[in-house]
Amino acid sequence: MADPTIAVIGAGPAGIRATEALAQHRLPVIVIDEAPKGGGQIYRQPPDAFRRSPSLRYGFEANKARALHTTIERLASAIDYRPSTLAWNVWDRQLDTLRAGKTEKVPFDFLVIATGATDRVLPVPGWTLPGVYTLGGAQIALKYQGCAIGHHTVFLGTGPLLYLVAYQYAKAGATVKAVLDVNAAAAKRRALPALAWSPSMLAKGLYYRAWLGAHGVVVEDGVTPIVIHGNGGVSELTYRRAGVETTLRCDAIGLGFGLKAETQLADLAGCRFRFDRESRQWLPERNADGESTISGVYVAGDGAGIGGADAAELWGERVGLAIAARCGRPRDTTRIATIDRQLARLAHLREGLERAFPFPSQHVSTIRADTILCRCESIRIGDAMAAIRVFDVIEMNRMKAVTRVGMGRCQGRMCSAAAAELLATESRQDVAAVGRLRAQPPVKPIPLPWSSPR
Amino acid sequence: MTERVRVDVAIVGGGIAGCSAAFHLRRNGLSVCLLEKGALGSQASGVNFGGVRQQGRHFAELPLARRSREVWGRLAELIGTDCEFVPSGHLKLARSEADLDELERYADAAAEFGLALQMISGARIRSEYPWLGESVIGASLAAEDGQANPRLVAPAFGRAARMLGADVREYTAMIETTCDGDRFRVHCARGIEVSARFLVNTAGAWGGYIAAAFGEPVPIGTTAPNMLVTEPLPSFVTRSIGVCGGDVYVRQVARGNVVLGGGHGWADLGLERSRPLTDVSTRAIDKALEVIPALKSALVIRSWAGIEGQMPDHLPVIGFSRTAPNVIHAFGFSGHGFQLGPVIGIIIAELVTNGASLSPLAAFDIGRFGGTAARPLAAAAYPAQEGE
Ligand SMILES: Cc1cc2nc3c(=O)[nH]c(=O)nc-3n(C[C@H](O)[C@H](O)[C@H](O)COP(=O)(O)OP(=O)(O)OC[C@H]3O[C@@H](n4cnc5c(N)ncnc54)[C@H](O)[C@@H]3O)c2cc1C
Ligand SMILES: Cc1cc2nc3c(=O)[nH]c(=O)nc-3n(C[C@H](O)[C@H](O)[C@H](O)COP(=O)(O)OP(=O)(O)OC[C@H]3O[C@@H](n4cnc5c(N)ncnc54)[C@H](O)[C@@H]3O)c2cc1C
Repeated sequence: MADPTIAVIGAGPAGIRATEALAQHRLPVIVIDEAPKGGGQIYRQPPDAFRRSPSLRYGFEANKARALHTTIERLASAIDYRPSTLAWNVWDRQLDTLRAGKTEKVPFDFLVIATGATDRVLPVPGWTLPGVYTLGGAQIALKYQGCAIGHHTVFLGTGPLLYLVAYQYAKAGATVKAVLDVNAAAAKRRALPALAWSPSMLAKGLYYRAWLGAHGVVVEDGVTPIVIHGNGGVSELTYRRAGVETTLRCDAIGLGFGLKAETQLADLAGCRFRFDRESRQWLPERNADGESTISGVYVAGDGAGIGGADAAELWGERVGLAIAARCGRPRDTTRIATIDRQLARLAHLREGLERAFPFPSQHVSTIRADTILCRCESIRIGDAMAAIRVFDVIEMNRMKAVTRVGMGRCQGRMCSAAAAELLATESRQDVAAVGRLRAQPPVKPIPLPWSSPR
Repeated sequence: MTERVRVDVAIVGGGIAGCSAAFHLRRNGLSVCLLEKGALGSQASGVNFGGVRQQGRHFAELPLARRSREVWGRLAELIGTDCEFVPSGHLKLARSEADLDELERYADAAAEFGLALQMISGARIRSEYPWLGESVIGASLAAEDGQANPRLVAPAFGRAARMLGADVREYTAMIETTCDGDRFRVHCARGIEVSARFLVNTAGAWGGYIAAAFGEPVPIGTTAPNMLVTEPLPSFVTRSIGVCGGDVYVRQVARGNVVLGGGHGWADLGLERSRPLTDVSTRAIDKALEVIPALKSALVIRSWAGIEGQMPDHLPVIGFSRTAPNVIHAFGFSGHGFQLGPVIGIIIAELVTNGASLSPLAAFDIGRFGGTAARPLAAAAYPAQEGE
C-alpha cells in the first residue's frame, strides 16, 4: 500500500510534535503554516534581523522554545514544509491553500488541524480607539518585533496571559501602569487546589504577580472597566473597583479575556462541535486519539480547546502516534499511556485556570449601548439588540444575517464571543442554545485574483 | 401535547414567497399560519445575490416581474423598510457581436411588456463606464432594475405579516399533511397541528416533496449558485452588472463590498447544506476580472452558496394543484425568484381570495410536466436564463 498523504496545518507546539511523531515513522507529511517560521504563537520566532535573545523573548520557556525550533528545522528536510502558506478551506478531502498569492489544492488522506488560538475579546466603551490592542497582539509586537504598544500601558481583562504579558513588557523596560483583572481574587483562591496540580505553573503565575507588584505596577482584581477615553488615541481608562471609580492616564491598553480556539477549518471540514461549559466555547468533538467526527481528520493543541503549550505538544504527539498506527505502523502503547497520564494532569490544571479566570459572560449586558460590538462592520450593541428584538432572533447566524455582526473580514473572530452572550441575554436563552457562527471559506481574507496573481 | 391552530390558510415555507404570501393574505383579511422549518428567509431568499432584475427574464416571467418591481418601489410604505432596495440600474454586458444582437432583440421584445431597455454602444460604454474591461463592447441598461439586501426581505415581510396578525412559526417544520374533509391537517414539528382550508406550498427547493405528496411529482433539481464577496472598496461599480451568457454577475453594496456570483456550488437538500466550490469561484473571479479589472486589488472575505429549486425549463411552478383542490404551489424559482418574491405573495393571495390571479400564470402550470396540462411552450420561446 502506498503511503497516505498526511497534511498538518499549523507549525506550533502541536503541529511540530505531530509532524515529528509521523516523521519518526517515516511517513510523508505536508506541514502548512501561515507564519514564515515555525514555533506557533507562544514560541513565535522574530524575523532574522531581530536579535533579542531567546531567553529574553521566551523567559522561563526558552528551552522549550529552542527545542521546538530545532525540531522543525531538523525535520524541514525530511518533510514537505510550507511556511508562509495559509490553509483557507477544507472540502472533499482537499485543502485550499494560498502561497505567494497563488491558490493550490492539497489533497489529503489524513489531516491534523493544529491551528492554535486567538485572543478572546470583549468590547469596552472606547475599545476601538487607536492604542487598544489585543493582549496577544501586544505580545506579538514585543516577541516578534521587539517593540511595545505604548509608553504607558495598562493591561485589562483576565486570564494568565494578562499577567504574563504585563511581566514581559515590564521586563523589557516598558512602563506598565496597571494590570486590571475583571475576575475577583476570591475566584483565584478557590482555584488554588486545582492549580496546585502544576506547582511550577502556579509558581510562575505567583512570581509574575509578585514581581509586578514589587516593581510598582498597580495590580487589581475584581475590576469593572467603565470607559476608555481618548481623542484619536487612548488617553485614559476609567474603571470601578469596590464601588470606587478610578481614572488612569495611559496611551495604550492590552485587552484580553482568555483565548478562543481557532476552529474554522474544523468546521469547514464538517466536524461536529460541542459546547464546552468550562471555557464557554464551541469545540470540535474528538475521541481519545484526537480524531474528530470526520474520519481521518484530527484536531490537536489549542485549536481543539485551550490547553496551553505543554498540552499542545502532548496532543500533537498523541495524534501523530494515532495516525502512524492507522497507517500500519506499530502502535506505541507505552508512550501513548504516558502521554494520556500527563494530559489528564494538565486537564486538571486547565479546570483550575478556567475557575480562576472565568469568562466574564455577564459583562456584555452591562456595557453602554453605544459601544461598538462588531469592529469590522461598526455595529453598536444597541443596534444589535434592537434587531434581535425586531426579528425575534434566537440563533447566531440569524443574528449575523439581520445585524451584520460577524459579517466582516474577521468573520466574527473578534466579536462572536460577545455577540453570543448578548444574544443569549436578549433572547433569554442559555448561551449554548444560540449556537455558533458557521465558518465560510476563505477563513481569512485572500486576494481576489487567487488563481492568477498579478 | 398537541397545539392546535385553526386558520384559513397554512403556508409551508417562509422564504420570500411564503412571507410575502402571509402578508398579502392578511391584508385580504384571511387568517394565516406560516410554517418555516428554520428561520424566515434562511434558505435561498436570505443568501442570494440580491439582484432585483427584470432584464433578461423569460417573457413568461416579465409580466410578473413588472408587477413585482412596482412593489419593490414601495416596500417602505408597505412593510416599514425598503430592505436596502436601490434602483441602481442593471447593465447587461455584451462581449461579442452576437451578444449585441441578442441584447437588441431582447430589448425590442421587452418593450412590448413595458420594460424600457437602453442600448449603449462601444464609445459610450467607454466614456460612461470607464471601469469596465476592454472585452465589453456594448450593453443594455435597465434603468429601473436594481439590488436589495436579501437578508432583510423575507424577515421583513414576515414581521409585517405578524404585525397584521399572522401566526408565524419559525423552527417549525411541516412533517406531513393529510386531508380531513374540506380541511387540511398539517402536522408539524414541536407538536403543532394546523387545520386550514388552503395549503400553500412555498417550500422552495423542497417544494417538490410537497407536490409529490399530493400525487403530482415534478422533475425538480437542486442548484447552488456560487457567490463571493470582497471587503469594502471605494464605490465605483455604479450599476448591478450581468453579462450575456450569465457566467458572472457583480454588484457593489452601499458599504462598499463587491458581491459576485457565477456558476454553481454544491448542495444537499436532505442535509440542508450548501458550499461554494473553489474551481467554480475561480472561474467566476476570472470572468469578473475580465469585465471589471479594478477588482484585481480586492480581498475576498467570504464565499457561499444557497439551495435553490431548479426546473428543467427554468420556470417556477405557480398556481393551483392539478390533483388536490385548494393546494397552491409557488416553488422552483430556478435561480431568479428573489425579484419575483413580492408579487408571488400577491398572486397567492389573489388565488386564495378570488380563485384566479391578475397575472398570466399559464406558463407556470404544474401540469406542464405531466401531460395533464396545456402543451409546453416551444423550446425556441426560451431564451437562455441566467441565475441571478
Ligand atoms: C497571541 C497569542 C499569544 C500567546 N502567548 C502565550 C504565551 O506567551 N505563553 C503561553 O503559555 N501561551 C501563550 N498563548 C497560548 C498558546 O497559543 C498556546 O499555549 C500554544 O501556542 C498552543 O500551541 P498550538 O500548537 O496549539 O497552537 P499555536 O502555537 O497557536 O500554533 C498554531 C499555528 O497554526 C498556524 N495557523 C493557524 N491557522 C492557520 C491557517 N488557516 N493556515 C495556516 N496556518 C495556520 C499559525 O500560524 C500558528 O503557527 C498565546 C496565544 C496567543 C493567541
Ligand atoms: C446563491 C443564490 C443567488 C441567487 N441570486 C438571485 C438574484 O440575484 N436574483 C433573483 O431574483 N433570484 C436569485 N436567486 C434565487 C432566489 O433566491 C430564489 O428563487 C428565491 O429566494 C426563492 O424564494 P422561495 O421563498 O421560493 O424559497 P426559499 O427562500 O428557499 O424558501 C423556502 C422555505 O421553505 C422552507 N421549507 C421547506 N420545506 C419545509 C417544510 N417541510 N416545513 C417548513 N418549512 C419548509 C425552507 O426552510 C425555506 O426557508 C438566488 C438564489 C441563490 C441560492
